[in-house]
Amino acid sequence: MLTKKRLALLTIFMTMACFVLLLFLPDSIAGERRAEGKIIFFSKIGFLSVCIAVTIAMILILLFKREFVRWQTFSFGRYKYLLFNLVKRDFVSRYRKSILGVLWSLLNPLLTMLVMTMVFSLLFKDTIKNFPVYMLSGQIIYLFFSESTTRAMGSVIAGEGIIKKVYVPKYIFPVSNVLSSLTNLGFSLLAFLFVFLVTRAPFYWTMLLIPIPIIYTFIFSLGIAMLLSAMAVFFRDLTYLYGVFCMLLMYLSAIFYPISTIPEKYMPFMGLNPIYQYIDYFRNLVLVGEIPGLWKNAVCIGFALIALCCGVYVFMTKQDKYILHL
Amino acid sequence: MDQIAVSVSGVSMMFNLSKDKIKGLKEYVVKALKRQLFFEEFWALKNVSFTVNKGEVFGVMGLNGAGKSTLLKIIAGVFRPTKGSVVLNGELTPLLELGAGFDPEFSAKDNIFINGAMFGHPTSYMAAKYSEIMDFAELWEFEHVAVKNFSSGMVGRLGFAIATSVQPDILIVDEILGVGDYKFQAKCEERIHNMISGGVTVLLVSHNIKTIKEMCSRAVLLKKGEVVCLGDVDEVCRVYGEG
Repeated sequence: MLTKKRLALLTIFMTMACFVLLLFLPDSIAGERRAEGKIIFFSKIGFLSVCIAVTIAMILILLFKREFVRWQTFSFGRYKYLLFNLVKRDFVSRYRKSILGVLWSLLNPLLTMLVMTMVFSLLFKDTIKNFPVYMLSGQIIYLFFSESTTRAMGSVIAGEGIIKKVYVPKYIFPVSNVLSSLTNLGFSLLAFLFVFLVTRAPFYWTMLLIPIPIIYTFIFSLGIAMLLSAMAVFFRDLTYLYGVFCMLLMYLSAIFYPISTIPEKYMPFMGLNPIYQYIDYFRNLVLVGEIPGLWKNAVCIGFALIALCCGVYVFMTKQDKYILHL
Repeated sequence: MDQIAVSVSGVSMMFNLSKDKIKGLKEYVVKALKRQLFFEEFWALKNVSFTVNKGEVFGVMGLNGAGKSTLLKIIAGVFRPTKGSVVLNGELTPLLELGAGFDPEFSAKDNIFINGAMFGHPTSYMAAKYSEIMDFAELWEFEHVAVKNFSSGMVGRLGFAIATSVQPDILIVDEILGVGDYKFQAKCEERIHNMISGGVTVLLVSHNIKTIKEMCSRAVLLKKGEVVCLGDVDEVCRVYGEG
C-alpha cells in the first residue's frame, strides 16, 4: 500500500540515489572547470556526508510521526496576508523619518561599494579585473544572508507581544524577516546593475540566470534563520556570538579578495562554505559568462535543503515551548 | 457532533517555576555544574474537561489564580496544553487582551490591516470593513495618528472594534466590559448581545456574579486549577458564593 509516509520515504531515497549517482559522474561530463578540481573533490566529500545526515534526519522526522502530522497545521493560506502586512510594515518602518527614505536601499550598497572599492582596489589592483563588480556581487549575497539571519534570529523574541496574546503561526516571524531582506536584495541588485553599466563590464547572457543563485541563497538563509530564531529563544547569548561568526564568515567568503590569495592547502575547505559556493555561482554567471555545472548546482541545492530541513525541524518541534521562555 | 462548539478534554497545564530565570549559556552551564537546574512544577490546570454547546453562553468562574486566563489562552491556541486537547468547531475570536499585537509606531489605519491579518482576514476584506470599524471605535479624528499616542481607552476601543467586526462562531470574552467610558461600554454590551442573539457561542469570564447569572446558561467553577463545579449557572454561582 502506498501511504503518504512511504511515498515521502521513497522520494527521499530516490533523491539521495540521484545525488550519489551524480557523484560518480566524471567532472568533464558534469561540466566543471579543471581549475577547481580540488575544491570539487572536497565539496563532494562534505556534501556526501551531509546527504547522509539529511537522510537520517528525515527518517527521524518520520519516526516522530506525531510531530510530522502537526506540520500540516501550517495554515499558510490563512496567514499569507499577515505575512504580506509584516513585510510591508518592516519595509516602511525601516526608512521611516529619514529624508531620503526608500532611496537609502539603493544608496547604501552603492556607498559601501564605493568605500570598499577605494580601499581594496589599492590592495588587489592587478589580480581582479573589474573590482567593483567582483566585490559587489559577493557583497550582495553575503549581506542578504547575514542581514536576514541576524534579523530573523531576534524575530521570535521581538514577537513576544503577539505570541503571548493571540495565536499566530510562529514561523511567520522568521519568514517575514527573510522576505523583507529579500526585498532589500532587490534594491541592491538595482545598485549592482547600475555599477555594472557604469564600469562597462562585458555583458553575458548568463546574467539573466541571476535568480537561480538568489533562490538557493534564499532557501539556505530561510533554513538558518528558522534554526537561529528557535535557538535564540532558549539561549540569548547566541545573538552576540552570531555577530562574531558573521564577521568570520565575511572574511572567509572571498568577497573582497581574489580566491588565489588563499594558500593552496586551504583551498579545498572553501568548497565547504555554502556562502562562498553561492557567491561563486553568482560570479560565474556575471563575470565569467558560464553556467555552473550539474555538480555545483547539486552542492548548492544540497546545502540549501539541508539548512531548510534542519531549520524547519528544530523550529517546529520547539515552537510550543517559545512562549514559556519569552 | 455538530452540536458541540468547544470540547475541552482532560486539559492540564504545567509551568516550570524557578526562582531566577536562566538567561544565557554561561548561566546555564554554571547552574548545571552546580546542579541547580531543578524547577518547581506548577500545575495551573489539572485535568479540566467540559463541553460547550453551539449557541450557548458559558461562564468561567473562579478566584484570582484559579486558572481562568490560562484556560482561555489554551482554548484560543496561545498555549499548548501539557496534557489533553481542545477541539474547536468553528471560527474563534478571542477578546482576551484588546489591542494585542498593535504596532505602536503605526497609525490606527495601518494597525487595522495588520491586526485583521492576524485574525486571518484578507486586506480587501478589511478595506470593506474599514469604515465600519472606524465608526464604531469613533476614531476618525485620529485615523493617521500613531497608536503610541493613543490613550488606553482609545486602544481598547480600536481593539474591540477590530476583533468584533467579524461575526465569529465562538467568542472568548475576558472581562472586556470594562473598555472606555460608560457610553462605549453600553455599545460593547449591545454588540455582544447582538452576537449572542445571532447564535454565537460565548465563553465568558467574569468576577461579577450578576453578569454571569444574567448572561450565561451554564458555567464552570475553577479552584486552583481544578473543576469544582460544572453545570447549571445558578448552582455554580451558589457554590462560588459560598467560597
